[in-house]
Amino acid sequence: MKKDEFHLYTKINIETIKHQMAPRFRWYYIVLLIIVLVCFQQAGFSLTKLIRGLPEMANFIVNAFPPDFTRFNELALSILQTVEISIAGTFLAVFIALPIGIGASANFSPNPFVYRICRTLLNATRSVSEMIVALVFVTAVGLGPFSGLLALAVHSAGMLGKFYADAIENVSKGEIEAIKSTGATTCQVLKFAVLPQVLPEIITVILYRWEVNIRAATVLGMVGAGGIGFDLITSIRLFQYRESLAIVLLTLITVAIIDQINNQVRAKII
Amino acid sequence: MLVIHINKVNKSFGNELILQSVSCHIERYTPTVILGPSGAGKSTLLRCINGLVEIDGGQVTVDNVALSRHPRKLREFRKSIGMIFQQFNLIQRISVLENVLCGRLAYTSTFQSLLTKFTNADYELACQYLDKVGLYEKRFQKAGQLSGGQQQRISIARALVQRPKVLLADEPVASLDPKTSQVVLDLLTKISEEEKISLVLTLHSVELALQYSKKIIGLNQGKIIAQYDTDKTNAAEIGSVYDQLEEVANL
Repeated sequence: MKKDEFHLYTKINIETIKHQMAPRFRWYYIVLLIIVLVCFQQAGFSLTKLIRGLPEMANFIVNAFPPDFTRFNELALSILQTVEISIAGTFLAVFIALPIGIGASANFSPNPFVYRICRTLLNATRSVSEMIVALVFVTAVGLGPFSGLLALAVHSAGMLGKFYADAIENVSKGEIEAIKSTGATTCQVLKFAVLPQVLPEIITVILYRWEVNIRAATVLGMVGAGGIGFDLITSIRLFQYRESLAIVLLTLITVAIIDQINNQVRAKII
Repeated sequence: MLVIHINKVNKSFGNELILQSVSCHIERYTPTVILGPSGAGKSTLLRCINGLVEIDGGQVTVDNVALSRHPRKLREFRKSIGMIFQQFNLIQRISVLENVLCGRLAYTSTFQSLLTKFTNADYELACQYLDKVGLYEKRFQKAGQLSGGQQQRISIARALVQRPKVLLADEPVASLDPKTSQVVLDLLTKISEEEKISLVLTLHSVELALQYSKKIIGLNQGKIIAQYDTDKTNAAEIGSVYDQLEEVANL
């Protein structure tokens, strides 16, 4: 194309456009800044305190070396229990979430009332942290891994159910229509038109949730809901910092190994 | 002899009136094409026949059975009506054979199908029809890996294992090239004749409508405005019908 063939129908003034695109001052920037500053002040942020505390932190780290693995066998068993809690909790969540997720999907919910109840249930379980749920279950079923398992199951079910519902809503309408037209029941439509479409994504999310649950399970012991968290909090309270470090290291290694397994499985699915 | 009665059927989506008191009859074993411009309500009319679209008023009867919203009756009703779609609507991630077996869901109890249990007779029937559409060799492939024409032939097999009395085809060749369209329509008309199935199609092309139908129903703006015997008409007349349809559409 020759240069003179290029023709503009309106005159463009680059300076005007630049001026229009330039960032402009807004009064609410000030408001946002004030809110943030107030938050810092209210949260007791103090640089001097932090600097004065540094030697204490160094002291802690020095005292924690070298890590003390004398109770290795007990600690390993606790870690194993943590992993067991996370697997059982995630597994239970997968099934608790199923009916609620279906009920919370706009296209498969039996009626608007059930839809609202399921949505509310999912939002409620997601918004409460698993530590708080665990506290409730500790008072209900007593100290130990069972309450941790239930806490993980309830909290994860909220997140998984929400995901199921969204995934079901995004399934292609044509395939649902086709299976419906054969005379299939709603259950059959879910099994043959919906499940094949959402299964890979759902497996990925379940694996991700398991990863999150492992991390959550490591601290559940602090409220007496089983696993390595109990050993950690005990060692810190007894000033056994060398054992605390050993626990942290063991936890890190376990979580890293499970992440690795997860990544491999996920890569195969996608 | 009549197989489908549509009597004063109304349907609207929101404020938009899609079908206005549509009445027509479709004769048994007479390939019938519903013709009309886009948005005339062809697909909606077809979906009213098997209840995929809930009608606001009027009656639909297929093979002397009235359409009902009662779940068990609706299941029985749909069992005898096969349907194929413009976008084929196969389940992409499962095998061809499993896709065809889906046509047997109305014959399978919910519990058994949750375990993916089909009878030997179901498997036999599925293989037989896969062979009939010439894709038995592909039975273990994922449906999504096949070409459009192949997918449409598989969706025909899925509809046929229902042992339907009526086969509804919603723009079955609109996503296919001209040559594949001929193959698919040849197959549809041949099998429906052999198996004594009444075929109802919606089509875009006047030419294809003339070639493959015995009756043509003209639909525009939710109203039936013309009905023709294909062998008593010609391209010019149908063409003029189309002009007329377009004029109405422009009003």
